[in-house]
Amino acid sequence: MKVLIVGGGNTLYFVCRNFIAKGYRITVINRNHDECVKLARNLNITVIHGDGSESRILQEAGANGADVLLAITPNDQDNLVICQLAALQFGVPRTVALANDPDNAEVFKKLGVSAFSTTQIIGNLIEQKASLEQITNLIPVGEGRVNITEIVLSSDFPIAGKFLKEIELPDNALVAVVIRRNQPIIPRGHNRLMPGDRIVLITLPENHGTVLKVLTGQNE
Amino acid sequence: MQDNLYIVIVGCGRLGSDLANRLSREGHLVVVIDHDESAFGNLSHEFSGFRVEGDATQLAVLNKAKLKKSDLVFAVTHEDNMNLMVAQVAHKIFNVPRVLARVFDPRRTQAYKHLGIETVCPTTVAAELFLKTVANYEASKKGNKS
Repeated sequence: MKVLIVGGGNTLYFVCRNFIAKGYRITVINRNHDECVKLARNLNITVIHGDGSESRILQEAGANGADVLLAITPNDQDNLVICQLAALQFGVPRTVALANDPDNAEVFKKLGVSAFSTTQIIGNLIEQKASLEQITNLIPVGEGRVNITEIVLSSDFPIAGKFLKEIELPDNALVAVVIRRNQPIIPRGHNRLMPGDRIVLITLPENHGTVLKVLTGQNE
Repeated sequence: MQDNLYIVIVGCGRLGSDLANRLSREGHLVVVIDHDESAFGNLSHEFSGFRVEGDATQLAVLNKAKLKKSDLVFAVTHEDNMNLMVAQVAHKIFNVPRVLARVFDPRRTQAYKHLGIETVCPTTVAAELFLKTVANYEASKKGNKS
């Protein structure tokens, strides 16, 4: 896969390292000459020095053949225009923009550009993670639209000892797996949830809090 | 005056402040947005509109300037991408009836025509004036000869 990334800083550096490990071909566009030199020295990537919202620079970076473009500069206006130009002028099939201002994630989507906000993602993660000590793991998937959460069932939870079919979960939530004594079980209605079980939950950010409340009896 | 308009101008540089001063003098209600407070120094004493200090890529700032109520929005900062973003947000999110953005890079103006964003490119406008001068001169030379 050929990935074009416009931006800089630590995020870009580590994203590149991650993608290289996955075997992607990466080209970075960066405005700062010194940073370009550093990136080219430290990573096995192509680096183009220039303004990513200039057609000439996008062309030089091979936007024509890119599968994905990621615009993660600190300026929302640049990220938006870079993604739009890449799609309009070079037909890049997938473009994703970073929305530094979380409000702009919604704005970009309305303007036809996929967007994500790290502030939102990190904020949600911290809120959810800090809310319960029994949560041992929480992974957002699908661009943060779905959560996978692992919790350890404690004996003071209202669901302890109940059959799965007795537990009234909100819509769009699922007890996907129960791990009991290192054995994973895909639970059915007739399975009981026992203290000490590790439960893997699928939830949406909207109903995450409600689901946890049903299971643990605790408020967020 | 019954037909005065509510006009929001983003960017208070030479062009923005000139537009703001003139439109305000004509009796329109003008709001100027700039992230740099000192830019408002370009406004004349006659300017009777409002000043909003802030980054126009933030919805909060555009809300403060009451974009929803505006008839026209001009995006004339010195940054092409800023103008293009503000114009799109004004047009598609605030449903402003008439939006115009200044864009220096002629290639960017072409791309945004497809998205229904109206732009003015100073480079193109200037080039056309120069070429017109050449054409006029040629015509007058021919006229003298015949």
